[in-house]
Amino acid sequence: MTLVSSRIKGQCASPGFAAGVVAVLASSITTGRVAGNAQAETAMLRQAIAQAIAELQDLASRAEGEASDMLAFQIVMLEDEALAEAAFAAIDAGHPAEIAWSQAMATEIEGYEAADDAYFRARASDLTDIRDRVLDALLGRSAMVVAPGSILMADDITPSRFLSVEWRGGAILLRKGSTTSHVAMLARSRGVPMIVGLPANDIAGRPVLIDASGGVVVVDPTPKEQAAFLRDKSASEAQAADAATYLDRAAVTADGIAIRMLINVADPAELESLDPIICDGIGLVRTELLFEGKALPGEDEQYAVYVRILRWADGRPVTFRTLDAGGDKPIAGLTPEGESNPFLGVRGVRLSLQRQDIFMPQLRALARAAVLGDVEVMIPMVSVPQELEACRALLAQACADLAARGIPCQMPRLGMMVEVPAAVLTLEQFGAAFLSIGSNDLTQYVMAAGRDIADVANLADPAHPAVLKMIGMVAAHGVRTGVKVSLCGDAGGEARLIPLLLQQGIRILSMSPRLLGQAKKAVAHTNLGERHG
Amino acid sequence: MKTGSALLTNAVGLHARPSVKLTQLAKSFAGTVEFALAPVGPWVDAKSPVKVMRVKAAKGTTLHIRTDGESADAALAAVLGLIQRQFDEH
Repeated sequence: MTLVSSRIKGQCASPGFAAGVVAVLASSITTGRVAGNAQAETAMLRQAIAQAIAELQDLASRAEGEASDMLAFQIVMLEDEALAEAAFAAIDAGHPAEIAWSQAMATEIEGYEAADDAYFRARASDLTDIRDRVLDALLGRSAMVVAPGSILMADDITPSRFLSVEWRGGAILLRKGSTTSHVAMLARSRGVPMIVGLPANDIAGRPVLIDASGGVVVVDPTPKEQAAFLRDKSASEAQAADAATYLDRAAVTADGIAIRMLINVADPAELESLDPIICDGIGLVRTELLFEGKALPGEDEQYAVYVRILRWADGRPVTFRTLDAGGDKPIAGLTPEGESNPFLGVRGVRLSLQRQDIFMPQLRALARAAVLGDVEVMIPMVSVPQELEACRALLAQACADLAARGIPCQMPRLGMMVEVPAAVLTLEQFGAAFLSIGSNDLTQYVMAAGRDIADVANLADPAHPAVLKMIGMVAAHGVRTGVKVSLCGDAGGEARLIPLLLQQGIRILSMSPRLLGQAKKAVAHTNLGERHG
Repeated sequence: MKTGSALLTNAVGLHARPSVKLTQLAKSFAGTVEFALAPVGPWVDAKSPVKVMRVKAAKGTTLHIRTDGESADAALAAVLGLIQRQFDEH
């Protein structure tokens, strides 16, 4: 406890509170060790590789899906003698094991980084992961085995590292990292506080207080700050407990208007701890996460994931959004690189229509899943009716292909995200079975301001009258034509915005499951009486 | 010695998962299994995932396969079949 504290601010990747002392993951090796003879060094390296394989096998036995594939790949690479060949040669030439291994792996990693094909370039991170795991074993850095409940500071962490730590009570602070990375997704679904883009160099061993929802880290907190932190933490916990009491009730406004509450899901693993009774269905399945693995998922693999989600939903409607890559969700090897403005480039449906080799297996998997539940297929980033119609034709083609192979399938309802202002202004021209407002993108396209750019973030406000007016236009179109309208952007889960959205005529909201309690509470406290009573 | 060739048509080429499948299949044969990007080589050991990945063979590449030793015919047919089935990815 000191009298002078400092505050560092990054971006929230996963909300939550944590307090403790910062542990740091070394990002480079520093060793002044004198090398033994070549035989001893070779034995050390062999031992370290064997240990790394054993650790990976242990992780793999508890992982599933994409994580399991990634670990299996790392294991076969390490088991291959060819990987360490150059390192053993360098040891024979007199280098210590860790230097020989680092240099050999640097060459290997450079080879991947220099590849023309983005799929191969993306493998550089696996090789880095392999290199570090062996180095950890080699240098006996037991500190690198992150202790349970650690507050960890690093440049970035790999999914395998994340999965190897018991985080309860801890937090993750990254100098780099991204809010949309796989690790960020895992952190959110497991409730581990995580901040990315944190401009902090040397806070190892210092006491900190973390309120990740605001991206704030207080270093060397004063007693006053400590007290405020505990107050905020218990207030937040009390609020969460209060909100949780609304979870298993239907959402009804103070004046008796029923609001349908749906959830947004990215990974079926998120559903395991949830009871479907808390929601009226799934308003948005983000399928991007499926596509971030080693290789693109095939039809059968996607089908298995979709079926798992439908089983959980137990007859409730599920809206699957087709691959929405690009913009703030780049996927190596899939989305174009070097676009001057990715948000105005080849993303969402624009990319899917260009890459039918990837789009068709997804449509086939969805048409097969449609037999087993109430499936809706939602197309992202639609600007003109021709895009939706092209998707309809491909979906019909997917059904025809499946039928010809004798595989059971059904044409699902086809709808679209409403996030491009051009679509809002010409809704009557679209043959969508349902509409779902993507308030994040709609806001940034209406306000010409990105949420991810700090200097203009205050302009990117979904509560701005221009955005609310657009949302009202979509809701009114739904009332006029009978087309179902929902809202699935972040605004749908924000207590401050929910009354405004309901006033604009929105009656279906879809949000992150962890916001459901507070959102239902906000609905219960909204009175629309003057307009609808 | 037996030789043959096949076009790599799966979307991601000889990427992580296909490479692992190829090496596992190759290792199930006692004889040598090698591949190359040109009919004259250089030849790469198809049993080594590290070496297979280093080739970074993208979609649209023709892979030349060379097998020798015990069950060379069966090994060649199995490897060509795996490539033609797009590594059973779909």
